[in-house]
Amino acid sequence: MAYLLTLFAGALFGAGLIVSGMSSPKKVLDFLDVAAIASGNWDPTLLMVFAGALPVMFVAYQRVGVKPFAADRYDIPTATAVDAPLVAGSVLFGLGWGLVGFCPGPAVVALAVASQSVFAAVLAFFGAMLLGVWVAMVTRGLWGSAARDVPV
Amino acid sequence: MQNFTPFAGLVGGLLIGLGAALYLLAVGRLAGISGMLESALRPTRTGFGLAITFLVGLMVGGLVTALLFPLTLQPIRLSTFHWPVLIAAGILVGYGTRLANGCTSGHGVCGLPRLSVRSIAATAIFMAVAAVTVFVMRHVLR
Repeated sequence: MAYLLTLFAGALFGAGLIVSGMSSPKKVLDFLDVAAIASGNWDPTLLMVFAGALPVMFVAYQRVGVKPFAADRYDIPTATAVDAPLVAGSVLFGLGWGLVGFCPGPAVVALAVASQSVFAAVLAFFGAMLLGVWVAMVTRGLWGSAARDVPV
Repeated sequence: MQNFTPFAGLVGGLLIGLGAALYLLAVGRLAGISGMLESALRPTRTGFGLAITFLVGLMVGGLVTALLFPLTLQPIRLSTFHWPVLIAAGILVGYGTRLANGCTSGHGVCGLPRLSVRSIAATAIFMAVAAVTVFVMRHVLR
């Protein structure tokens, strides 16, 4: 049951990335291009995506009880410290995101819907992203105890 | 703002929120895609099966939506086909999101609405750095 619900949850999330247009890096870069605000070519669609998603999640958190309905317990991170790995990781992620316009979710969905002309490029990005994830995973000890071993 | 698609963005955002909410309330986990990619590389740990399942669902849901409602599909348009840039950006995204324990989904969609200080900080930082990067790429280097 947990797996069926997870598959459906993933499908909803994937459908949302397609409908919102966020699976296309061009759309994301047009949002990140704040210089376009002045020229009138800015695309604030990503803000609408957050406007749709955040209230739903806010309500969902109010419904968090003792147990999820298809698992034994909640596994939600409790850390609160804004530490060096968080800051450094976010800077590096922002740099990569701004270079191409893919963050992890859209890169996964794009693999499934990319046309032949862009598929090789999407696959190259995805492969490099997995490599980056793996490197972070095996070198986590270098950052000391501040880098948590709990994937979010 | 001729490219602004507010309605599609809002509906897509609702679907993303519903997916993340269902995952939270059903299996008790946060729908952070970068974390799932890491879990997918750890076959011996708990969370491996759920992560793979969600990632497959992500692709199936995207594909089915694109096939059933072709008008909703914005073609995947890249601004660079320069291989070193694609590879470097991919490594930065993969490494950075795992070092920060979250990406646009984990820190943005899931972290912001629970008012996590770490997620608010992470989202502000990666948004700002990405915006500066786009500015340099689009308006300084060309």
